[in-house]
Amino acid sequence: MNAGIELARDELQALCRRANRRIQLMEVCGTHTVALFRAGVRSLLPENLRLVSGPGCPVCVTAQRHIDAAIELATHPNVILATYGDMLRVPGRRGSLEKLRAEGAQVRVVGSTRVALDLARSQPTQTVVFLGVGFETTAPATGAAVLEAHRDGIENFCVLMCHKLVVPAMAALLDAGDVPLDGFLAPGHVSVIIGAAAYRPLVARYRKPVVIAGFEPEQMLNGLVALVRQVLDNRPAVENAYPGVVSDAGNRVALDLLQRVFVIADAPWRELGIIPHSGLELAPPFARYDALRKFDVQLGEDENHPLCRCGEVICGKLEPCDCPAFATACTPLAPIGPCMVSSEGTCAAWFKYGRVDAAHHLGEERS
Amino acid sequence: MTAVRPGQPHDCVVIAHGGGGELMGRLIREHLLPPLRNERLAALTDGAVMPWSGGDVVFTTDSYVVTPLEFPGGDIGRLAVAGTVNDLAVMGAEPVALSLGLILEEGLPLETLDRIVASLAATAREAGVEIATGDTKVVERRTGSTALPPGMFINTAGIGRLRPGVQLGLQRVAPGDVILVNGRIAEHGLAIMSVRSGIEFASKLRSDAAPLNGLIARLFESGADIKFLRDATRGGLAGVLADILETSGLTIEIDEPSVPLSATARHAAEWLGLDPLTVANEGKIVIVVAQRDAPRVLAACHAHPLGEDAAVIGHVVERHPALVELITRAGGRRIVQRPYGEELPRIC
Amino acid sequence: MCLAVPGRVIARDGDEAVVDLQGNQLRVSTVLTPEADVGSWVLIHAGFALTQLDEREARQTWDYLRQVLADAPPEDDPHPAGSKPQAAGP
Repeated sequence: MNAGIELARDELQALCRRANRRIQLMEVCGTHTVALFRAGVRSLLPENLRLVSGPGCPVCVTAQRHIDAAIELATHPNVILATYGDMLRVPGRRGSLEKLRAEGAQVRVVGSTRVALDLARSQPTQTVVFLGVGFETTAPATGAAVLEAHRDGIENFCVLMCHKLVVPAMAALLDAGDVPLDGFLAPGHVSVIIGAAAYRPLVARYRKPVVIAGFEPEQMLNGLVALVRQVLDNRPAVENAYPGVVSDAGNRVALDLLQRVFVIADAPWRELGIIPHSGLELAPPFARYDALRKFDVQLGEDENHPLCRCGEVICGKLEPCDCPAFATACTPLAPIGPCMVSSEGTCAAWFKYGRVDAAHHLGEERS
Repeated sequence: MTAVRPGQPHDCVVIAHGGGGELMGRLIREHLLPPLRNERLAALTDGAVMPWSGGDVVFTTDSYVVTPLEFPGGDIGRLAVAGTVNDLAVMGAEPVALSLGLILEEGLPLETLDRIVASLAATAREAGVEIATGDTKVVERRTGSTALPPGMFINTAGIGRLRPGVQLGLQRVAPGDVILVNGRIAEHGLAIMSVRSGIEFASKLRSDAAPLNGLIARLFESGADIKFLRDATRGGLAGVLADILETSGLTIEIDEPSVPLSATARHAAEWLGLDPLTVANEGKIVIVVAQRDAPRVLAACHAHPLGEDAAVIGHVVERHPALVELITRAGGRRIVQRPYGEELPRIC
Repeated sequence: MCLAVPGRVIARDGDEAVVDLQGNQLRVSTVLTPEADVGSWVLIHAGFALTQLDEREARQTWDYLRQVLADAPPEDDPHPAGSKPQAAGP
């Protein structure tokens, strides 16, 4: 353990002792969820500090209707569906993209929209549909690809828009008010784009501390220290514990690009329903890059598995281990809900790194 | 490419190469026998007659389907020899001979085949094993959604002579035992991923594919009482640790900072969102010995080129429930599990 | 929700740059960081440089940037392999 980590851990212990009550914080971002587990940081936390996972995993919050639409698009002849690897195993009503690929559909895993666009350039007889998921960190990459297609006259490229915004989801959670939260550990890389200032209206309105943190163990611990200190002082503010990476104003170039290519719209979130002003759609000049429009596909309704309680897990109402299906009916080998599919899904992270019973379960399943 | 011009030899494999006729004879005589150079094979009999005198035989088989066929640090030919040799060696055997089954896809450039067979032959010489018998088939071009270049599959079976007195098995693993690995992990899997991702990602990482029978022989000669050996291929280090856990029912504690991992591999894994413990290796073994033998094993590893970076990475303890636990760089603890399937690079 | 890693720009061509991550090289777009130039440190996500970083800050932030570079794998390959094509057979 390095000195910085030790110091942060001891400080966190001391602060939580002073608090003398349970403090409940939400790590909004799925990458934080995984990083906290993977670095073993959860095992260093004081007993009265509880961390709940928030709606910050794109795989988990993408509505089933969008997965269904992706599958419908991928079954069109002459369509190549390009997707980040994260989305391949998410179950829709008719199975997953992985299963569809095994049945012969053209589903390609790409690490960047740039690869998807190159695919469209090199295969002029096919149409490349890019599955546009992710938050503000990822949306500029989609926007840049749309702009480039527009500039170069690439007509066989389009996007299934599922991009979401973080701050409206945090506000929706606080509006619902059914999860007692003392503060938010805010996503470091979303904040690179939107800037620390983007959280100020939220803090002003709901009076909850927001601390932006990076993903290294020491940074996450320092972020938690800052949060607990704010809770104790009862002086909620936006604090940037990821300086040098996150600025107050964010990335102006990226924000301008988002504003040019997209418009803010109401968006469906898995299990959470429609959250106002929480998603991105293509702006009218770029509407022809909208895959739903291009192929005249209608979004259906979500029809989730009766055992699935991912909605409650996503907004911190339910710990994975309190879900009756966790590690019994729902495992990474046969996931029912998206939280178990994504490697950064809360349930998958619990299953993989956290749960003693889960490890045993996997052992039994294999023997 | 497959068109044959009169008077010109083929430059790629065609279906007729598998037809049992003159063309097949030429393929074997001109492209396979010369690099493999051995009399038993050259006799072109239906099987090899191997001299044997007493002792137990270890017999194994493995198939190799890697894409792409050639990658930094190796190719399917090197893998096909090293993989099967390593399977014999970790069983405590001295590898003696391999069989070679080639399944070639029509359209495979003969130049590529020549390079792969040369590499395969070189790896067999490096390992000191003979390719004693072989078979070649040609299949039609695979078609479908993924436009792959023409490829090949290899199956090798191997026989080895069990070292007298060697007793390896998970039932011998006991609390207090020490776990070692012979070098830096995750480099094969990451090297393959960098080639597969095309121009977007290049890496100086190279596959660690290598026959380990020489190194393993040194371990036995060191006089250490080796309790268990396994090569950490698909599933990575995490997969082998899960094997030990599931059979022994004992807890394994791994010290993350002690696991050999280069800065390049660590950074590549961070970028791809992968846990290096679950990434494949082709030249790494996990070694379990009693604590008192650990220095001897470590010294034997360090004296061999394929064990220079060997390290003690953890130990076996009696604690319930039994788990593979990682003590992280940050000083925390977490569970290590076998990966579920193919680990996909992620962006989220 | 967003994996991103730090690296140093080693080449730049129009809206593209090659970024070195301790021996791994990524080709990325710089449309979001037009000011990044050779020698700049950037944060990479999904093929895009998201922002520029201060080098000292980056080295302090990411534990794996502190790992000594001396342990990087050797450049020479002791074994003949596919990457070094050799003529074989007659």
